[in-house]
Amino acid sequence: MTESILRLTVNGALHTVVTSSHRTLLEVLRKDLDMTGTKHGCDLGECGACTVLVDSKPMLSCITLASQVEGREITTIEGLSDGPFPDELQTAFSELGAAQCGYCTPGMILSSRSLLDTNPDPTTDDINEALAGNLCRCTGYVAIISAVHLAATRTLGRAE
Amino acid sequence: MHAVGTAGPRIDGMEQTMGRTKYTDDMTLPGMLIGRLARSTQAHARIISIDTSAAEALDGVKAVLVGTDLPITYGILPVSQDETALAVGKVRHVGEPIAAVAAIDAETAERAVDLIKATYEPLDTVASIDGALLEDRDLIHGEGKGLNVHRTAALEFGDVDEGLASADHIREDVFYFAGNTHAALELHAALATAEPGGRVTLWSSTQVPHYVHRTLAKVLEMPAGQIRVVAAPVGGGFGGKTDPFSHEIVAAKLAMVTGRPVKFTLTREEVFYAHRGRHPVLMWVKTGFDTEGRITACHFKTFLEGGAFGSYGAASLYYTGALQTSTYQIPNYRFEGVRVFTNKPPCGPKRGHGTPQPRFALECQLDKAAEDLGIDPVAIRLINAVEPNSMTVNHLRITSCALSECIERVAEASGFKEKFENLPAGKGVGIAVGAYMCGAGLPIYFNEMPQSEVQIKVDRGGGVTVFSMATDIGQGSTTMLATVVAEVLGLEPSDIAMVTADTDLTPVDLGSYSSRVTFMGGNAALEAGTAVKDRVFAAVADKLGAPIESLVAQNGRIEDAEEPDTGVSWAEAVALAIASGGPLIESGSYRAPKLAGPYKGAGVGISPAYSYSAAVVEVDCDPDTGIVTVDKVWLAHDIGQSINPLLVEGQIEGGVYMGLGEALFEADDFRGALHRGPSLLDYKMPTSLDMPPVEAILIDSDDPEGPFGAKEVGQGPLLPVIPAVANAIWNALGIRMDQTPFTPDKIVAALRDVARGKPGRFGPKEVPAFEFPPLIMVEPPEGFPTGRIHIEVGVS
Repeated sequence: MTESILRLTVNGALHTVVTSSHRTLLEVLRKDLDMTGTKHGCDLGECGACTVLVDSKPMLSCITLASQVEGREITTIEGLSDGPFPDELQTAFSELGAAQCGYCTPGMILSSRSLLDTNPDPTTDDINEALAGNLCRCTGYVAIISAVHLAATRTLGRAE
Repeated sequence: MHAVGTAGPRIDGMEQTMGRTKYTDDMTLPGMLIGRLARSTQAHARIISIDTSAAEALDGVKAVLVGTDLPITYGILPVSQDETALAVGKVRHVGEPIAAVAAIDAETAERAVDLIKATYEPLDTVASIDGALLEDRDLIHGEGKGLNVHRTAALEFGDVDEGLASADHIREDVFYFAGNTHAALELHAALATAEPGGRVTLWSSTQVPHYVHRTLAKVLEMPAGQIRVVAAPVGGGFGGKTDPFSHEIVAAKLAMVTGRPVKFTLTREEVFYAHRGRHPVLMWVKTGFDTEGRITACHFKTFLEGGAFGSYGAASLYYTGALQTSTYQIPNYRFEGVRVFTNKPPCGPKRGHGTPQPRFALECQLDKAAEDLGIDPVAIRLINAVEPNSMTVNHLRITSCALSECIERVAEASGFKEKFENLPAGKGVGIAVGAYMCGAGLPIYFNEMPQSEVQIKVDRGGGVTVFSMATDIGQGSTTMLATVVAEVLGLEPSDIAMVTADTDLTPVDLGSYSSRVTFMGGNAALEAGTAVKDRVFAAVADKLGAPIESLVAQNGRIEDAEEPDTGVSWAEAVALAIASGGPLIESGSYRAPKLAGPYKGAGVGISPAYSYSAAVVEVDCDPDTGIVTVDKVWLAHDIGQSINPLLVEGQIEGGVYMGLGEALFEADDFRGALHRGPSLLDYKMPTSLDMPPVEAILIDSDDPEGPFGAKEVGQGPLLPVIPAVANAIWNALGIRMDQTPFTPDKIVAALRDVARGKPGRFGPKEVPAFEFPPLIMVEPPEGFPTGRIHIEVGVS
C-alpha cells in the first residue's frame, strides 16, 4: 500500500494527511479527519449521501479520490454553518421536517446550497432537477422541496 | 393542549441538519478493528470445507470465525430459530455469511476475506414458488427431498360456501405482488466492545435493541445482564433492521476473541443479501357480491416466497390473511396461505408487513367488481366499509374508525367522481383504502410483562429526563415521547432530555415495528408523566393550600386555575416535591388488552386500535411508451389525534412515496437465485423528479385508548397507494395491472393485447395446485358484527 501526503482545504482550514493514496475523499473525510457528517450510503455514486461541495459544486466524495481535490475548496456539512450559526437551509430543513432519519440530509443540504448559490430563487422544477442525484427514502422529497423554497425566501428577504 | 397537536420540528432536528447525529458507522473507538464477512457464492450447497489459514496468516488479521464458532441457532420469532451467525453445514442463498474476519483496517479485512476458500457440494436450487412446491427437490431446511414448505394456514370464519351461493355476482382473480426491499440510506452497521470483566456492549443500527439483546444472550451463551445493546440513531429502517443480524453477533464475538472493539459496516450489496424485504406473494381471490356491491363472502389464497430463512415469515403468512376484514364487512371469510422457502435472501417485514400484497389484490378486485356491477368505485367502498365499535368475522376488535370519512374526504378533495367519468384517454384516477394496526396486540415472546415501559427522572433544577428503549428510526418517536411528557407537565418538547434505546439505561420498549411506538410507548409516557405530575401537584397543593383538582401545569408553571398569580415555577414545584417525597423518579407502562380470538393464528392482526387511510391517485399514461406519470396523490388518514402534525404529514408523504416506488419501479429481480442488481443504480426507486405533490388530509377520530386519542401513521398510508395506482391506470387506459410493479413493458404488453382483441390485463393466470391443510372452522364473534366491544380506558 503506497502512502501519500495530501494537503486538503476543508471548510477553510488546511489539513495535511498522511494516508493511502487510493483513499477516496469520503474515506479521508470520515476516517482520517473524523468528519463523519458526510455519509456513506453506497460506494458507487448512486445515492448522493456522500455529497460535498468542491469549489461550491456538488461532488460525490465516494467516487472521488482525495488526491484529485488537493488545492481546491472542500465544504462539508460541518463547514456549512458559521460556528454555532446554521445555514438558512439547515434551519429550514429542521423546521419543516425535511430530515426524518437524517441520513441523506447532509448531502441533500449541500446539493441545495450549490443550487441556491447559482440560482437564488429556484422553481420547484429547478429544485427537483438539482436534487435528483440525492436519494431519500423517508420524506418523499415533499418537505425537502418546501425547505429549499423556505431557505431561498428567507435569504431573499421575502415574506414567507 | 399546548404541545400535543402542535406542528413542530423534531427535538433533534438541528443536530441532524448540522451533520452532528452520530450513526453507528460514525463511531470510532481506540484500537478499533474492522470486520468483514465472507459470503457464499452458492445458492444451495453443502459446505465441504472452509480454509481460513491464508486469511489468518495475513499480517494485520486479528481473528477469523466460521460457523462452528457460533453454532447456536437464533431467529426473530421463537418458532423460527433457523439461522446461525455464520453458515453451519450448508449454505442456503448467495450472499449468506460463511466466515468473518477482524483486522487492523478495512483493506486488510477485505484482502483476508478474499483469501478464505470454501469448497461446496451443490444441492438443488429452489428459486420460485412453483419450484418450492415440487416434491423432488433438496430440502432447504432439513435433510432429503420434498416440498420446501415453511408454514401453512387454513382458517374459515362463517360459511363461505353459503355466502358465495347467495351472491349475485362472483369474481375470481389472480394477482402477483413482486418482492422489493427497504433500501434505507444508512448501511447496516454494528460496533462491539468487550470489557476485561466480560461485559459486552454493542451499538447497532437496529430497530429492535431488545430482541438483539435476547439474541446475543442466547448465541453468546451469556447472561443478558452482561450484555448492553444500544441502538444508535437509525438512518432509516422500514422493517429492514428489525431482525437480529449475523454482523451484530459476529461483531460481539470478535470483540470478545480479540479484546478490541470491532466494527462492521455492510456494503450496499451486502444489505441486499441481508434483505428481510417484502415477500413476493401470489394471490387467488374469490369474492361474492350482492347486486348493490355488498360482499357476501371472500375466499383468499396466498403463496409467499420466503427466501432462505424463517425470519418473521410465520407472522408474515398470517398477515397476508388477517387485515382484509379490517376495512370491509366480510360476513364469511376463508383464508388459506402457504409460505415456501427458496434459495434467495430471506424475506421479512417491510412497511405494512404482509398486508400491502393482499390489500393490492383486494382493492383491485373491488374495483373490477364495481365495474361489473355498474357501481362507482367510491360507492362500493362506502357500502362495505366497517363501522366504528364493531367486531370483524375473524375477531378483530374495531374501536375508533373514520374509514367512511377518509373515503368521502379524499374523493371530494380530489374531485374523484368528476375526473373518473371525464378525464381524457391516457389520464385517470383510482381510489383505494387500507388499515393498519397500532402495534401488534401480542409481543413476539408471549408473556405478561408490559410491551412498553417509560421512566422519568426529574432533576432538582427542574430538568426532566425521559428514559425509554423506543428506537428512533426517523419516524420521530423520540420527539413524540418528549411531546407527550411535555404536554402532561406543562413544558415544551424541547425542554425534555431524552435517553433512548439502551438496554443498560432504559426500561424495555419492544422496538420500532408494527407501528407500535406512539400507541404503546406514548401511553407508557403518559402514565409516567402523570405520576410525576401527581407528585408535583400534591406538593404544590400543600404549599399553596389549594385543592389538587384546581391545579394546572402550563407555561412552565404549576398554577391554581382559579388564581394563576399564586402559582410556582416548575423548578420550584419540583423542589417542593423532592423535599416532601424524595427523589422524583416515576415510571409508567403499557400492556395491550387481551384481544386474541379463539383460534390458532388469532395473535396476528389483533391490535388495540387501527388507523385507516384512503388514497386517490391521478395518473397520466403514455400509451406508446407505457410510462406512467403520477400527477398527484390525495391521502386521507384517520390518525385519531396527531401528537405532532408535522411529523404525521411526513410519515404520510413518506408512505405515499414508498408506495409509489413499489407500484411503479421497485422489484428485487433474480436470474435464478442470483440477485440481478444488488445496487441502488439497478434497484430503481423514485427520485425527486418522480415524486408528485401529495395532499394529506388528517382526520381525528379520537381513539378511546390511544395516548390523547392518537393512532399510528408509519405504515398505514402506504397501503392504499399501490392499488390506487393500478385502478388509476385502468381508468386511464382500460387495462388491469394485476402484477406489480407497473413498468412500461407490462403496460405496453397489456395494450397490445387490447389491440389484438384480448382482455387488457397483465398478471398471472393461475396459482399452483397445492393441498392446504384442513380448514380450522371458527365461529364469528358473539353478536357479530356489533359484538361486545370492551374498551379499556387508561390501560396500563
